[in-house]
Amino acid sequence: MTDFTNLTVAEIRDGHRAGDFSAVEVAEAFNANVAGAKALNAFIVETPEHAIAAAKQADADRSAGTLKPLSGVPIGMKDLFATNGVQTTAASHMLEGFVPRYESTVSQKLWDAGCGMLGKLNLDQFAMGSSNETSYFGNVISPWKRKDGGNAALAPGGSSGGSSSAIAARLCPAATGTDTGGSIRQPAAFTGISGIKPTYGRCSRWGIVAFASSLDQAGPMARDVRDCAIMLENMAGFDPKDATSLNMAVPNWEAALSNDLKGKKVGIPKEYRLEGIDPDIDTMWDAGIAMLKDAGAEVVEISLPHTKYALPAYYIIAPAEASSNLARYDGVRYGLRDLPEKAGLQDMYAATRADGFGPEVKRRIMIGTYVLSAGFYDAYYTQAQKVRTLIARDFEQAFASCDVILAPTAPSAAFGLGEKMADPLAMYLNDVFAVPASLAGLPAMSVPAALNREGLPLGLQIIGKAFDEQGVLNAGLAIEERAGFTARAEKWW
Amino acid sequence: MSDYRIKGETGEWEVVIGLEVHAQVTSNAKLFSGAATAFGAEPNTQVSLVDAAMPGMLPVPNRECIRQAVRTGMAIEAEINKWSRFDRKNYFYADLPQGYQISQLYHPLVGEGSLTIEADEKAGLPEAKRIGIERIHVEQDAGKLMHDQHPTMSYVDLNRSGVALMEIVSRPDMRSPAEAGAYVRKLRSILRYVGSCDGNMEEGSMRADVNVSVRKPGDEFGTRTETKNVNSVRFVMAVIEGEAKRQVALIESGGSVVQETRLYDPDRNETRSMRSKEDAHDYRYFPDPDLLPLELDDAFLAECRESLPELPDAKRARYLAAGISAYNADVLTAEVESALWFDTLLETGAKPAAAANWVSSELFGALNRLGKSFADCPVTPAHAGELLGLVADGTISGTIAKQVFEKMLESGDAAGVIVERDGLKQTSDTGAIEAEIAKILTANADKVEQYKGGKEALFGFFVGQTMKAMQGKANPQVVNELLKKALG
Amino acid sequence: MAIDQATVRKIASLARIAISDAEAAAMEGELNGILGWVEQLGEVDVTGVEPMTAVIPNTLRLRDDIVDADPLTGGNRRDDVLANAPAPQHGFFGVPKVIE
Ligand SMILES: [Mg+2]
Ligand SMILES: [Zn+2]
Repeated sequence: MTDFTNLTVAEIRDGHRAGDFSAVEVAEAFNANVAGAKALNAFIVETPEHAIAAAKQADADRSAGTLKPLSGVPIGMKDLFATNGVQTTAASHMLEGFVPRYESTVSQKLWDAGCGMLGKLNLDQFAMGSSNETSYFGNVISPWKRKDGGNAALAPGGSSGGSSSAIAARLCPAATGTDTGGSIRQPAAFTGISGIKPTYGRCSRWGIVAFASSLDQAGPMARDVRDCAIMLENMAGFDPKDATSLNMAVPNWEAALSNDLKGKKVGIPKEYRLEGIDPDIDTMWDAGIAMLKDAGAEVVEISLPHTKYALPAYYIIAPAEASSNLARYDGVRYGLRDLPEKAGLQDMYAATRADGFGPEVKRRIMIGTYVLSAGFYDAYYTQAQKVRTLIARDFEQAFASCDVILAPTAPSAAFGLGEKMADPLAMYLNDVFAVPASLAGLPAMSVPAALNREGLPLGLQIIGKAFDEQGVLNAGLAIEERAGFTARAEKWW
Repeated sequence: MSDYRIKGETGEWEVVIGLEVHAQVTSNAKLFSGAATAFGAEPNTQVSLVDAAMPGMLPVPNRECIRQAVRTGMAIEAEINKWSRFDRKNYFYADLPQGYQISQLYHPLVGEGSLTIEADEKAGLPEAKRIGIERIHVEQDAGKLMHDQHPTMSYVDLNRSGVALMEIVSRPDMRSPAEAGAYVRKLRSILRYVGSCDGNMEEGSMRADVNVSVRKPGDEFGTRTETKNVNSVRFVMAVIEGEAKRQVALIESGGSVVQETRLYDPDRNETRSMRSKEDAHDYRYFPDPDLLPLELDDAFLAECRESLPELPDAKRARYLAAGISAYNADVLTAEVESALWFDTLLETGAKPAAAANWVSSELFGALNRLGKSFADCPVTPAHAGELLGLVADGTISGTIAKQVFEKMLESGDAAGVIVERDGLKQTSDTGAIEAEIAKILTANADKVEQYKGGKEALFGFFVGQTMKAMQGKANPQVVNELLKKALG
Repeated sequence: MAIDQATVRKIASLARIAISDAEAAAMEGELNGILGWVEQLGEVDVTGVEPMTAVIPNTLRLRDDIVDADPLTGGNRRDDVLANAPAPQHGFFGVPKVIE
């Protein structure tokens, strides 16, 4: 008897359509895995009833001949997406108990496509973090272990760490993620799965708890490239409620998937070769280059001269936007309210926000507040936005001589929980390869490419031109087929 | 030049005034959400998830609000910026759900413009004066706090939150309460002509932030204070006078003015420092990352321009050219309703000067008496035109016209109908008039003697008697001629 | 430029986050570390470079002036708006009394 939880989104969709199994069977299998994986702490809220209800509907639709694109597919929903009637917290104490009376555009699209919800996935608080250690609801643990025999708990990456851990552990076949500076790609790389951040504006931001508006982009995470294409098709699309939403038709990415890269040029950015970086990373990168050549692509060296400044620019722009986006959490209309004895309104704000935000969130709000404050605005924020223009220009010029860019997703494999918490800067450096594409709003994905010496997954990143998700997915597919990455974490939870 | 001065112990002080007027844009829905803007709804019923700043909510601008602000800018001959942008003004307050107000600091929609206030001796305005307008930007209104509903709590109503405002920022060009009052009245008039704001100050559709400083004539500008949300012309003038005196007294007693936000208390007619805004000075403005730059195309601008009505200054000039007195032109153009009513009256062929006199005296008088306005005027321009026509062609006298008008107000009937029905036509029938004159002269033989003896002044007496005898319906010219003849 | 604890407290108060002296002390070091690091942006020659306004070329769409066209962005849903309020009061949001 098949273990449904090993099936991909495409296999579940097609098998259900063909009548090989019922959607309820599938939902029950995943619900069971979710219930049995508390040790991973991947979910903040479990919603087995939601998954079952959607499955029953899917089975009914099959009999009625009214199947939807994703009928019978249960997924995980990052707890940054507002879900009508289901607690939505952004992994913060501030929003503990907050139950929206509205549904985010992206999650609504997935429900309309027939998906069921297994639960709300844990994440870094307000999506601020790279290891899922800033969640108010506790760390998410990666299912992976180093093969050194040691039992160190590893980070699933962040901020979409609940999503990556849950998919890698077969708690759901796919999940939503959001990516502001690598929050889809880095966790995917850390856990041996795939994830794509589409072009900024492809997925509506309406109903997603905002971190940094000019960078936030939703995207899917799944076990392979095809599933990412399928999910993205059902998440993307124009939304009049989001002024930055792209008014473009959603391509049939899945149908157009192709592993043939003949005539394509792949750019290798020389600035991404960092001295002193884990040699396993460079080895994987070179292997990736060989795979794309093998798929018929021509490889060219390119230069992205301002790469070095992407991370510092990001750590001005993102906190600045966050300091303003998070001002609405004030204890007046929803969420936490701390009202000390005889406290006035402003005291209530300060007490509520001191209690409701975790250390990393406070740190970023403080940085953002400082760089926007009188006398510093131009030196920090305006300068950062000018550098951002230069970074986007770098990509524009590079894409004159190539179709996609290949680079590592992260500078290292998953690290141990607690290893980097002491030093914020060391933590930030995790996103050194991911942030430039975010600043330029470009589509980028991570696909698993190899295991390092410790037996931990490593990911390759493909960055594409604006609107060319297809090119990114195709290059990802070419790597996926050649890398033959089949490793999975042994169940210990 | 205004000669308004504050007399202090150390001599005379000049007042420098700049106004930031917040005018609510006339629109059905809010600036960034689809919630309604109607005044006086139940608390928090006109609030969308966006206005309540729920997590993940996003703003999408309302085209009509942008259009009205552009039309207003065109009405004050301002430059319209085809590329503008929204910025966030960050501060914490209970009436500000997002924790920031979406406004425009760095790239406002409307740039430099101006308006002209007319001379008005009685109001202390010796000559007309041009007041510079620095900018108009579009921004969100805040919610409303109620402090008197609960012993320990204030209540927040977000119905206003997110309603579109135009902030119209003047240059510090005004030098007296009278100039400031005239500026607000003129601005209000223009907004109402354009239709971009109803100008209803009682309902808060127009509020002024009053910036006041004092200086010895010729000196540099002094430190200014800003008194927030003053909601009537009278209060604006009162704030300026009071604040100027306070500042002079403060400086002359060795103190110095601090730049601060103040609040006006109409009951005690005084301003006081506003505690709630004390540390809100670092607003951390930055471009709103939820919104892209606002770019206007020529077609949009063309529609805005073509949809503008004739504005007060142009109308006034047209009236003056038509021989209407300056006083009447001012009275008629002040409010858009009276001006439009009068223009329709002119279309009936009424003589401009006579019609203007009649409207500004007879009609305005009647409306005041009946507590009515041009919006619910009991007389149509057509009927009024007919009445004036009957006077012009000699069918009725001016005196009779007053009676007819009264009857029109009561019955709503047309002038001609009333004149016919009540037989008010004036007669030029010499026979009838001569008959009456004959009677009067015989009845007043003594006066006839005196007249012939040189007491010419008595002529008026004979005219009066004759008119009386004819019940006012005799044609005055005819009466004069026949009397002259009869008295030799 | 390095920031001192007084500045840390000033920022915290601007951001409406109550902090203890211990937190202020800890943050002084962290913030200086991060700010010192981001200041390398000063090296970049940005003469003639416009700050980024739209990451993907796209123009601002304007909405039609229609009330409640979409319930998700329209009014008349007071219950939903007040559903999560810490201190709802007869259709209002209650807050500690404010002195203006
Ligand atoms: Mg102001
Ligand atoms: Zn304003």
